[in-house]
Amino acid sequence: MDLNYTPEQEAFRAEVRQFLDDNLPDDIRERVQKRLRPDKAMTERWQKILFDKAWGASTWPKEFGGNGWDPIQQIIFEEECALAGTPRQLDFGLRMVAPVIMTFGNDEQKQRFLPGILSGEDWWCQGYSEPGAGSDLASLRTSAKREGDHYIVNGQKTWTTLGQHADWIFCLVRTSTEGKPQQGISFLLIDMNTPGIEVRPIIMLDGEHEINEVYFDNVQVPAENLVGEENKGWTYAKFLLGHERTGLANVGQWKAIMKRLKEVARQEQDGQRPLIENTRFRDRLAQLDMELRALELTVLRVLTDKRGPGPQASILKIRGTEIGQQLFEMLMEAGGQDAIAHIPAALELDYNGPRVGSFDTTPAAGDYFNMRKLSIFGGSNEIQRNIIAQLVLGL
Amino acid sequence: MNFDLTEEQQMLNDSLRRFVTNEYGFEKRGQIIGSGAGIDRAIWANFAEMGLLGFTFPEDYDGLGGNAIDTMVVMENFGRGLVVEPYLATVVLAGGLIRDAGNDAQKADILPGIASGERLLALAHYEPGARYHLSHVQTIAHKDGDHFLISGQKTAVLHGGQANQLIVSARTSGAVNDESGLSLFLVDRRAKGVKVDEFATHDGHRTAEVNFSNVRVSADNLIGTIDDAYPVIEKAVDLGIAALCSEAVGAMEAMNAGTLEYIKTRKQFGVPIGKFQVLQHRMADMFIQTEQARTMAILAASEADSDDRASRREAISMAKTLVGQAARYVGQEGVQLHGGMGVTDEMFTAHLFKRLTLINLMFGDADHHLAQVSDALLAITA
Repeated sequence: MDLNYTPEQEAFRAEVRQFLDDNLPDDIRERVQKRLRPDKAMTERWQKILFDKAWGASTWPKEFGGNGWDPIQQIIFEEECALAGTPRQLDFGLRMVAPVIMTFGNDEQKQRFLPGILSGEDWWCQGYSEPGAGSDLASLRTSAKREGDHYIVNGQKTWTTLGQHADWIFCLVRTSTEGKPQQGISFLLIDMNTPGIEVRPIIMLDGEHEINEVYFDNVQVPAENLVGEENKGWTYAKFLLGHERTGLANVGQWKAIMKRLKEVARQEQDGQRPLIENTRFRDRLAQLDMELRALELTVLRVLTDKRGPGPQASILKIRGTEIGQQLFEMLMEAGGQDAIAHIPAALELDYNGPRVGSFDTTPAAGDYFNMRKLSIFGGSNEIQRNIIAQLVLGL
Repeated sequence: MNFDLTEEQQMLNDSLRRFVTNEYGFEKRGQIIGSGAGIDRAIWANFAEMGLLGFTFPEDYDGLGGNAIDTMVVMENFGRGLVVEPYLATVVLAGGLIRDAGNDAQKADILPGIASGERLLALAHYEPGARYHLSHVQTIAHKDGDHFLISGQKTAVLHGGQANQLIVSARTSGAVNDESGLSLFLVDRRAKGVKVDEFATHDGHRTAEVNFSNVRVSADNLIGTIDDAYPVIEKAVDLGIAALCSEAVGAMEAMNAGTLEYIKTRKQFGVPIGKFQVLQHRMADMFIQTEQARTMAILAASEADSDDRASRREAISMAKTLVGQAARYVGQEGVQLHGGMGVTDEMFTAHLFKRLTLINLMFGDADHHLAQVSDALLAITA
C-alpha cells in the first residue's frame, strides 16, 4: 500500500504541465478560468491541439489512435488540464460512443467513426432520454423500422446536451415491442443532417441554451449504422453508462474549483475581515475539502482495483455530483449579495460593461442553478442508489 | 500509487477474520465483558503467539518491524468482532510511544514484555476540563533530587485499571495550555500515591480515572526529553486515531452485513422489508459512507507513521472527522433499520452502535477535528 505517486508518475505530471504551459492559448485559458459561456470553436480548437500532440484521447488504447495511458495517467492529465484551465473535451464522442464502437462495432464502423471523434471534426451528442423515458429508460418509444437497407426512425429525444452543434447522434431506438422492454432496443448512429431531424432548444434555468429536444420524422438511416446486433442495444447502453459514471466523479475539475473557492474566500470581504475568517463559512469549506479528498482517494482506489470498477462506480457518481453541487453553491454564497445580479452579456470574453462584484461572482449563481443537473443526469442519484441496492447489496 | 495489501498482510487479514468469526463470537464476547477482569488472558496470550502484540515493534525487541498499515489490518478485524482486549491502549498507544520515544533501556525493558503478553500498559494523558486539547495539562512533576514527585488528576485512561504500568504526562515547566514544558513518566500502577477508579464503558471496554498524589518516580523513568513530550504525545495519539478509524471501518462493515441480512429476511406486509425502496436507499447510503470511511482510514494509516507533522495531522484530522460522521450515520441507521430489535441488548447491532458512538467521542470528535482542518485553512497563504 502506497498512496504516493511514483517518480515516473510525477515526471509524467511535469510533462503534462509543461505541455499545457506551452500550448494552451491564453484566450481559452481566460474563458475557462473566468467560467465564461462555453463555445463550440474553443472546444474544437483545443481538441485539435491535443490531437496534433497525439494526446487526443486519454482513455483510448493506442490501437485506435489513443494515448494508451493507464488510469492514473488519465487522472493526472485531467487534473492538470483542469488546473491549467483547458476546456472539457467532449465526452459524448470520446468517452461514450467511442468505447461502444470499439467494443461492439464492426471494423468498418471503427474506421469510419473513430478518427473524426479523435480529431474533433465530428461533434457527437447522446439520444437516450425521451419525454416518457427518463429514469425508466427502457420504456423508450422512438422507433426504428427496417425497410430494405434502411431503418426509418420516428420519435422524439430530449435533454440532448449540446445537440445544437452536433454532426452525429447515437440513439437508443425501439426495433421490437416483443418481450421485456429492454429486449427490443437497438443502438443506432444517426447523421444529424439527415432530412426529417429537427432540433429545438430547451432554455435552462440559468437562461442558457445547453440542451435540446430532437425530433425524428421518417428519418432514413442506413442499416450499416446499427452498432452490434439488433435488439441488443440495452447491453451496450449499460456498458456505456458504466463508463460515464466513472467520469462523472470529475475529481480533477472539482479540485480546480476548490482551489479557486479557497482563493475567493480570501478575496471576498466580510465586513472588516476576509471571508475565510468567518468560522461558519470556513468550517463548511473544510468539510467539503475533506469530502473531496475522500472522493479523490476513493476514485484512485476503485480505478487501481484489479477487479475493475463495476457497480461501485455508482458511489463515485453520487459523491462526485453532490460535492460538485456544493462547490458551486459555496462559490455563489461567497459572493453574497453580489451574486444576485444576472448579467448574461458578461459571460463573453469581450464584455467591458458594468458588473457587480468580482469576475468570480458574475457566473456564480448561474453556475449553481445549472449544476443542479449533475444529480439528475447520467442516471439520477436515486437510480444510482437503486443500482447499489440491487447490484452491490443484492436487495 | 497502490492500495493493495502485501501478501503477508493479506494472510494476517485472513487469519484474523477466521479468529474473529470462529473464536470471538457474540456469546464469548459477552462472557469476557461480564467477567471481573474484563479481558480474556487466554485470548491475549493467543494474540501474543500470533505475533500481534509486537507487530509494530523493532525485531530487536521481539517485534516484527511492522507499520501502521499492519495495525490497520488488525484493528479492522477487531472492529468486525468488537474485540475488547486492550490492543489500542497497550500495543498501539503505549507500545508505539515507547518504541518512538523510549531510550534503549526502556525499550528493552518494556517492549518484549508487551509482545509476550505479560505486561499491560496504559496512557494517562487527558485531564478533566481539557476536553480534546492535548496541551491542557495541569498535572505537575516536581524535581526532587534525582526523583520526580507527580501530582494531578487524569481522565479517560483507557484500560488504566488493568495496566501494570502507566505512562503519565506531567508539566515540568510552563503554563497549563503550553505545548512546551510537558514530560512523560513511567509509573507503576501500584506505586504509592496512585489511586485508580476503574469503570466499564458503554461498549464493553474499561476506562479509569487516575489520581496521582506526590507519586515518587526516579529520573530513569523519564521517557524522552524533559519539557519536550508534546510531539511525542501527539504522535502516539495520531497512531491511536488511525487505529480507531480502522476499527470503526470494521464495525461499520459488520453493521452493514448484519443490517443487510436482517432486511432481507424480516418480513412485513408480506415481503422482506429490503424490498422497500425507502430502506434500500438508506442501506445504499450506509454502504457509501462506509466505503468513504474506509478510504480515509487507509489515508490515516498511511500517514500515521510519518514525521511530517503538518501532513500527518491533516490526514489524521480529516480521517477522524469523516470516520466519526460515518460512524454516527451507519450506527444510527443500522439500529433504525432493525426496528425494535435494534434497541435490544441481545442484538450485536446494538453493541456495534455503542462502539461506533464511543469511537467518535475518543481522541477528538468530528467537530473537534473539523475545526483542526478548518483552522489550518487560515494558515495557508493564498
